[in-house]
Amino acid sequence: MKVIQKIGLFLFLIGLGVFTTIPFLGTYELNQEMVSANTKDIHQEKMLEILTPIYDQSYSSNFQFLSAFNQEFGNYNDALKAEGKWDEVIWDDYSFSLGKAALSSPVKDNPWLWMFLSIGLAVLGGLLYNLPKYKDEPEGIKNNGIFHSKMKNRGWLGMLTGSYLILFYVILYWFPAYLVNLVAMVDPLSMIFSGNPASQWFLYGFVYTLAIIVMGIRMFRKYRGNKYQQLRTASVMFFQTAFAFLIPEILVLLNQPYFDFKNIWPLDYDFFYSYQLDSFLSGGSVGMFMLIWGILLIIIGVPVFTYFFGKRWYCSWVCGCGGLAETVGDPYRQLSDKSVKSWKIERYLINGVLVLAVVMTILTIANYFSDFWLLGTVTNELHNFYGFAIGSAFAGVVGTGFYPFMGNRVWCRFGCPLAAYLGIVQRFKSRFRISTNGGQCISCGNCSTYCEMGIDVRWYAQRGQNIVRSSCVGCGVCSAVCPRGVLKLENGPEEGRINELPIIIGNDSVKINA
Amino acid sequence: MNPNRHILIIGNGIAGVTLARHIRKRDSSVKITLVSGESKYFFSRTALMYVFMGHMKFEHTQPYENFFWEKNRIDLKEGWVQSVDFDEKSLKLQSGESLFYDQLVIASGSKPNKFGWPGQDLKGVQGLYSKQDLELMEENTKEVKRAVIVGGGLIGIEMAEMLAYKKIPVTFLVRETSFWRNVLPKEESEMISKHVREHHIDLRLETELAEIIDDGNGKVKAVKTNHGEEIPCEFVGLTAGVTPNVDFLRNSKLEVNRGVVVNSKFETNIPDVYSIGDCAEFQVKPAADRKNIEQVWYTGRMHGETLALTLTGQATDYQAGVWFNSAKFLDVEYQTYGTVPADWKEEEFQSFYWEHPQKKVAFRMLMDTKGAIVGVNNFGFRLKHEFFDKAIKEKWTGQKVISSLRKANFDPEFFAPFYIEIQKAFLKEFGGDFKPEKRSFIQKLFGASV
Repeated sequence: MKVIQKIGLFLFLIGLGVFTTIPFLGTYELNQEMVSANTKDIHQEKMLEILTPIYDQSYSSNFQFLSAFNQEFGNYNDALKAEGKWDEVIWDDYSFSLGKAALSSPVKDNPWLWMFLSIGLAVLGGLLYNLPKYKDEPEGIKNNGIFHSKMKNRGWLGMLTGSYLILFYVILYWFPAYLVNLVAMVDPLSMIFSGNPASQWFLYGFVYTLAIIVMGIRMFRKYRGNKYQQLRTASVMFFQTAFAFLIPEILVLLNQPYFDFKNIWPLDYDFFYSYQLDSFLSGGSVGMFMLIWGILLIIIGVPVFTYFFGKRWYCSWVCGCGGLAETVGDPYRQLSDKSVKSWKIERYLINGVLVLAVVMTILTIANYFSDFWLLGTVTNELHNFYGFAIGSAFAGVVGTGFYPFMGNRVWCRFGCPLAAYLGIVQRFKSRFRISTNGGQCISCGNCSTYCEMGIDVRWYAQRGQNIVRSSCVGCGVCSAVCPRGVLKLENGPEEGRINELPIIIGNDSVKINA
Repeated sequence: MNPNRHILIIGNGIAGVTLARHIRKRDSSVKITLVSGESKYFFSRTALMYVFMGHMKFEHTQPYENFFWEKNRIDLKEGWVQSVDFDEKSLKLQSGESLFYDQLVIASGSKPNKFGWPGQDLKGVQGLYSKQDLELMEENTKEVKRAVIVGGGLIGIEMAEMLAYKKIPVTFLVRETSFWRNVLPKEESEMISKHVREHHIDLRLETELAEIIDDGNGKVKAVKTNHGEEIPCEFVGLTAGVTPNVDFLRNSKLEVNRGVVVNSKFETNIPDVYSIGDCAEFQVKPAADRKNIEQVWYTGRMHGETLALTLTGQATDYQAGVWFNSAKFLDVEYQTYGTVPADWKEEEFQSFYWEHPQKKVAFRMLMDTKGAIVGVNNFGFRLKHEFFDKAIKEKWTGQKVISSLRKANFDPEFFAPFYIEIQKAFLKEFGGDFKPEKRSFIQKLFGASV
């Protein structure tokens, strides 16, 4: 390793260490003004009363503060629940906003400095580590040592990384109040973009985007000489930065609804939720445009683009989840399971999630247009369940946290309902296929090993068959790592797309009777 | 034929396994057994280097999941064959166990050549062919400061790459004037030699091994070349080709020359005994441009496909189709279709050669005196097998091939359209009534520069 790379790694670890330490810094002191400012009118009076015992007390850590807060708040709710007074229970969670208000810390005082010391150093270190890679070496993809690596072959480093990611996601989704320091750190940045203070989602989006950019640059180095890889990596970097991160924030700055123009239902599962529909319908012509745009993507965009290009146009060129998988997740792509058994599980799971998302959405829309007489608040329960089990646990915790255990496309392969929809179109009505180059396959297995979707590419290649599979996201890595030039991603006529050859070409002994 | 007969196949490499699969496709009742001492499950020999370099784990080299064999009722027997009793129709394993057969197929593959060099059996000296060789190489390269590879062929270059992965400096002794010059024409061979040196491999051309020197404890300490130079090293790779692995069959009734002698139906001199793959030696070459012994992955597969027909009641002669092959020299991919010998006479063939001024990209097409395509070599970009199989079979003119070269392109999308440069170069040298392709809009917008 070059010296500059060692320095990069060192800086990255410092940045990561600071980032991990920040939540534990500072003190918390709550007062009545903070409660008044951060609670809804209907809860204000009650909250002011409930939290009286903790006013003006100084807590030296987020654990102490949140435990005091939860005790008072929990006591109140528990008493009501015990009496069965369900409509008086306060379901809103104010721990995050009040925690953020109560916080005083060096991070909050000097956010830019701390942002540099944490995220800044990690990014800088990442760049220093990645940019000099393969310098002075001839072009070509080197998968050297991947299965000897403690990081990329489920060694202790991989386990540690996976555990860290899982922990981060669990806290982010269900205990964000512990992260208020980090969120306060990115407040000034959020003010610049949207004119509003940051939420935990802004923090997440910011880190997510930077991770895609830094690891995207790693992709440029690793796959140098391969134009397809370069272009699609640039594409996911662009769509994440512009469409997923910047444009929605700027829309908010302009008093428009927050909207990611490239997110498509059913991945964007709350697109038809009542609060979303309300925000579109009350958002004037821009809101109306968003609603129509979103619907057009679902009913025209997906089938038409997938017909012409396969699902790759979305999954490995545009999608944010795909973007993370293809950049941050690339070092783990070889860990996907290729067995027939996992393929079977995959089909049940992913199509099951699609059915669930569709049923939930139909009920939601029917309920919405019947002014909620149909199911009342039952759809809310459904939304809670889906949001918890699929939106957070599956897509987030498992989807990313499991990179070092099961490969980088666990969510895309087993869970994403949009991938299921795109996949059905790709399998049955598309011009896309991976062509096999006659008899040139030597069954070496590089293609299957590096398929992030767990497709046993070799199974098809060695019999001269084209690969037409609903799960293929068209990342093109099978073709890139093939040592014999056997695989090519192509869009072409539907005729002959699925080919069942009786014999591989090159052998004239066997006559094929027409 | 007895529908419940037992077909016993010695060797579970690509030839034996292809045979077993194709028999099973056509006949659901015969009993099939694959015998191998090397590995219970079929694996891709060509991928051993990737295991060494950490690209894959050994199980990734196995093309079929373990349940496949039972599901297809192909019995796997682990063991090395010691001898065959052709009268009794039985064979004996080294473990002492006996197996009986009704029909026997010998597909026992190759072993590395050793030409009787002094010291060739020292510790630290080895070839690379089998799974055991790979394991030995992992053992042998643990504490090596310098390695020497003897023989400039495909396994040699693989071994050089493997050692480079371990950051072991490599000296590569090649008998010819440039790398693989006995197979590649001069220009291609020189381009690859340059590429080998780019990877800091110490390529010694026109150099042969004279002897391997013992360190006094039965281990290699150095090699001596035919120029008298002594190169200190702790590892020697012997990669001067392979030879049929048939020693266990010598001194029996079976006719064995360099390999097991077979006719065009893979029949040996003994009824119900056949041989395919690397270890079979044809009495008559399958075609003018073929050898008596075919030691390539693809030919092993075709032998298996063909013999499966004979063994399931459709007696079939092996008919060599248009030759094809491929390899990868470090970062440079190579494919070939048809016949391109290392050397030829000018009155025999016309040659068209194009090489990229900087990149390791090259294309050669040989045409006969009438201008019909005979074969191509391509390096650093990919061409379609189907296209050239047809063009060569149908004897297309060189001009027709080059003018439709875009259709033969198999490079990934957005790659540089080298075929346009090739078309321009062809027109300049040979003329012709076609125009070079234009770059498409997408190529102009995103395409890599040629």
